[in-house]
Amino acid sequence: MATDPRLDETRAGAAVQITEVSKTFGRGDTALVALDRISLSVAPGEFVCLIGASGCGKSTLLNLVAGLDAPSSGEVSTGGRRVTLMFQESALFPWLTAAKNVEMPMRASGVPKAERRERVTELLDLVQLSSFGDKRPHQLSGGMRQRVALARALAQDADVLLMDEPFGALDAMTRDLLHEVLEGIWRRQQLSILFVTHEVREAVRLGDRVVLLSSRPGRVIGEFGVDFERPRGMDSADTVGLAIKIKDRLREEIVRHGR
Amino acid sequence: MAVETPQEPTAALAGLDQLELAVPQQAKRHVAARVWAAAWPKLLALVLALAIWQLIYLSGFKSAILPGPATTLTDLWHQLHTAQLWSGIGTTLRRAVIGFALALVLGTVVGALVSRIKPLRAAVGSLITALQTLPSIVWVPFAIILFGANTTAILFVIVMTAAPAIANGLIAGADFLPPLLLRAGKTMGLRRVSLYRHVIMPATLPAFVSGLKQGWAFGWHGLIAAEIVVIILGQPSLGVLLSNDQDQADMAGAISIILVILVIGIVVDMLFNLINGRIRRRWGVADAASA
Repeated sequence: MATDPRLDETRAGAAVQITEVSKTFGRGDTALVALDRISLSVAPGEFVCLIGASGCGKSTLLNLVAGLDAPSSGEVSTGGRRVTLMFQESALFPWLTAAKNVEMPMRASGVPKAERRERVTELLDLVQLSSFGDKRPHQLSGGMRQRVALARALAQDADVLLMDEPFGALDAMTRDLLHEVLEGIWRRQQLSILFVTHEVREAVRLGDRVVLLSSRPGRVIGEFGVDFERPRGMDSADTVGLAIKIKDRLREEIVRHGR
Repeated sequence: MAVETPQEPTAALAGLDQLELAVPQQAKRHVAARVWAAAWPKLLALVLALAIWQLIYLSGFKSAILPGPATTLTDLWHQLHTAQLWSGIGTTLRRAVIGFALALVLGTVVGALVSRIKPLRAAVGSLITALQTLPSIVWVPFAIILFGANTTAILFVIVMTAAPAIANGLIAGADFLPPLLLRAGKTMGLRRVSLYRHVIMPATLPAFVSGLKQGWAFGWHGLIAAEIVVIILGQPSLGVLLSNDQDQADMAGAISIILVILVIGIVVDMLFNLINGRIRRRWGVADAASA
């Protein structure tokens, strides 16, 4: 993979550049190699979906990019860009209203109060929750909570958005709508997105590129460019066609583990 | 199909949101109705207790010593018209508040340190729990030898009994802090002090409040125990009044004081429950228990 010419091309200006990164947990006999010499880049404004079976270290990789953990070897660079992370669970603070949750990252970075108010209104509007600002997380549905979480992530004014199976727990209808919302925001704000999912069609629906990870240890084992026109449907022939190809490749990988 | 179609998801999302929230909200009951709902089980318990007491009295058990409810409540009524009882209540409550405030500070500081510093946790974590199992009365001789028979000794007993429970509440809260919330806080750039203020403190609040409630109960035990032993001249307290009744073998008087202590305990417990219920409702964990 290291000799892939496309990688060299994007390296200079990549929004996220992961170079030969390995991550090992523990030591000696019980050591677990979560990631093994992974190289991956996300160009500015690119939407990259990361897919893999369980145990491929997807979440570990996002933690490294978000700076919440350090790699055992190799290098992660975001070129000084601000990075934000969104989880499968909304991780909203239950003691705050939706609006206060969205406001929190701005309080953390010392944005003046008046400006914060204005931004909160804007962001809630962006995720179409203007009238729900004073609701507490437990009063909102799962999909609404994820939209608040998205608004909160955007409140960090980041250039890079890392998403860890953010729609994994939602029903299909809500998820499809949130795909449209996310795609719209991504386009307008020219975000770079690294989106982890285990749902192959979701990856094809959203990504400019779909990157496949192997399991235990996590390695990049394949990459698929998605070049058909947006907005794509989850159930369109193009999406399903490519998804079948990717699934076959994934299956090979899983079968290899069964031997 | 046009490339820009922002209207369509908007309408569909709004529709979904309305469907999700179309659950009928429980109507807010009138204050009086809520007070009554909270009060009647307690009143029923009170009536039952009085009935049992009256039955024991009628059975003639130790009838020379044990007064019936009527005699006792009359005695209590008379005592409520004396300055002595009110001055006693005042002294005891003042000590309770000061002692509890000191325990709050000490317990919070110790709890915060122990929950954050791992070696300290290993060293004194179980000691704090052990302290909590210690009967409050054992501190009384210790405090009298250390400080003499004075108010300081009494306050010391309150602190030693209440602080461990408060510290433990904080430690338990930190133990059950969801790692995901911490991760979310760190992701948005909250560090150290701000992480404490915006994530750790509010997240541990429910456990902290239950620690306070428990600390109050333990401290109250210790306070009355200490007051019965430490008698300061010219300063009547509930403990002293109880002790006087013991000396004079005045059972009606003793039961009256016990009732006063009981009522104060119940009222404070209700206050804590009020705070607890409010937090639980805010968090959305309020269930049938606190509704």
